[in-house]
Amino acid sequence: MGNIFHKFLLVLVLVNITAYASPEEDLELFRDHFKNRFPNTEFSDYKNGVYSIDASSREQWESIEDFPPYELNIEDGERLFNQPFKNGNTYSSCFENSGIGIRQNYPYFDEDTGRVMTLELAINNCRKDNGEKPLSYYKGGPMADISAYMAYTSRGNKFDVKIPNSQEALDAYEAGKKLYFTKVGQLNFSCADCHVYQTGSKLRADIPSPGIGHSTHFPAYRSGAGRLVTLHERFAGCLNRVRAKPFKAQNEEYRNLEYFISYMSNGLEINGPGSRK
Amino acid sequence: MNRRNFLKNSLMTAATITTFAGLMIKPKRLYAAWPKASFDITELNASINSVYGHNNLDESSEVKLKAPDIAENGAIVPLNVKTKLKNVESIMIFVENNPQPLSSGYNLSSKSVPTVGTRIKMGKTSTVMAAVKSDGKIYTASKEVKVTIGGCGG
Amino acid sequence: MSTIKLRAKESKGVVTVKAIIKHPMETGQRKNKKTGEKIPAHFIQQVIGKANGEEVITVNWGPAVSKNPYLTFGYIGAKGDTVELAWEDNQGNKDSLKSEVK
Repeated sequence: MGNIFHKFLLVLVLVNITAYASPEEDLELFRDHFKNRFPNTEFSDYKNGVYSIDASSREQWESIEDFPPYELNIEDGERLFNQPFKNGNTYSSCFENSGIGIRQNYPYFDEDTGRVMTLELAINNCRKDNGEKPLSYYKGGPMADISAYMAYTSRGNKFDVKIPNSQEALDAYEAGKKLYFTKVGQLNFSCADCHVYQTGSKLRADIPSPGIGHSTHFPAYRSGAGRLVTLHERFAGCLNRVRAKPFKAQNEEYRNLEYFISYMSNGLEINGPGSRK
Repeated sequence: MNRRNFLKNSLMTAATITTFAGLMIKPKRLYAAWPKASFDITELNASINSVYGHNNLDESSEVKLKAPDIAENGAIVPLNVKTKLKNVESIMIFVENNPQPLSSGYNLSSKSVPTVGTRIKMGKTSTVMAAVKSDGKIYTASKEVKVTIGGCGG
Repeated sequence: MSTIKLRAKESKGVVTVKAIIKHPMETGQRKNKKTGEKIPAHFIQQVIGKANGEEVITVNWGPAVSKNPYLTFGYIGAKGDTVELAWEDNQGNKDSLKSEVK
């Protein structure tokens, strides 16, 4: 079953045909793959990543989740979110519903600009529009804190990423999908190699998490780093690990990738920020 | 020296003496100072000895140590110690292969319920030992916690 | 802004206190990747737990305790008790927080 799926998508990627399988069809294939690989995992549990498929690490994770370090970040994030800019405006003026409970609406395809808009890019756009300097997407800090707070207020809301029926939107989705399945770096791995084909297996000391549910729980408080890590920093980290040159956070490539993986996480609840190793 | 200067000097001297005296009298510590010596020791038996003054330990099933078999990440290893033993004065947690085996110590009071938990850093696979001092005797429970390094996830 | 997040709940006469403290818990062994110099040790050494002004636990920590450390302990108490946690680190920094037992 896995092999057929592999060949099917590989053909699509390699041939790069105009007659794409629809995103809906991709999603069904994707979900079926994981359902077959992990028959005992309930769909809603995929938001918990590797903990949905590994009991021993789940127990430790539950112990940490009882009182997770990221609670400090959520508190900081709330304070930062409510702090007015120099011009007196606040972040709430840039977002619908005053920025509360909206995490699941990102990323979305912006028909006006013809690009994918992510939440963290929107946060920095809000800053730019209000005369403030952008925040870094790396090494934790205020961007990660604000992103964590906004994710936290959205907990329980399900992803329902839409792909409008336009060539541009479809192209963005397909670009994300293509990156996901393309082998890169000295180690010649694709995202799919770990998170579709090897998920559940032991890859040295790690168990790769399943490919659905990834963006539900970011930013993630990584215990190894001792801080929050944003999704795009994590993308960069993964590319570094396979010894590929990473893209810059919030570049078009990563935004398209986030678009693809979030679409694949449709139906799953936002549960960020998450604790991870 | 005229009278004004003399008075001024006296007052200043008096103030100085009072301040100096105040500094000399340290407030009485309500609790024992941090045991620096114990935390510096790099070998397990010496570490135990520095805490208790001896190495007479009794392994006991009454001490419950909760620790993972394989730590998901050596940076945060959740540990929990509890016991039903009575008159527990202290709980110590030793990690044999850490640079300094004594990770933490908990000095209890008569109001304490003998349960403590924390999260520690472990550099490598090691035996973790919880030591409970009850009625003057030391009871222990140990567990090996594996720490893996070198994942693909980074 | 407190560095301490505190929770205290009573059940069957036992109050369980849980806390997370914002602190780097630097061991003093790590090196600055750019300069090659050791990052100085900076960790909480003592945490004192009090209930209604009375000390119930003295916690002695070494640098092996994780960053943003977690602590839990129990004492015999009641709802409405005032629990206080106070910490001091090796560089002389301190903080404390009071909370009511629920």
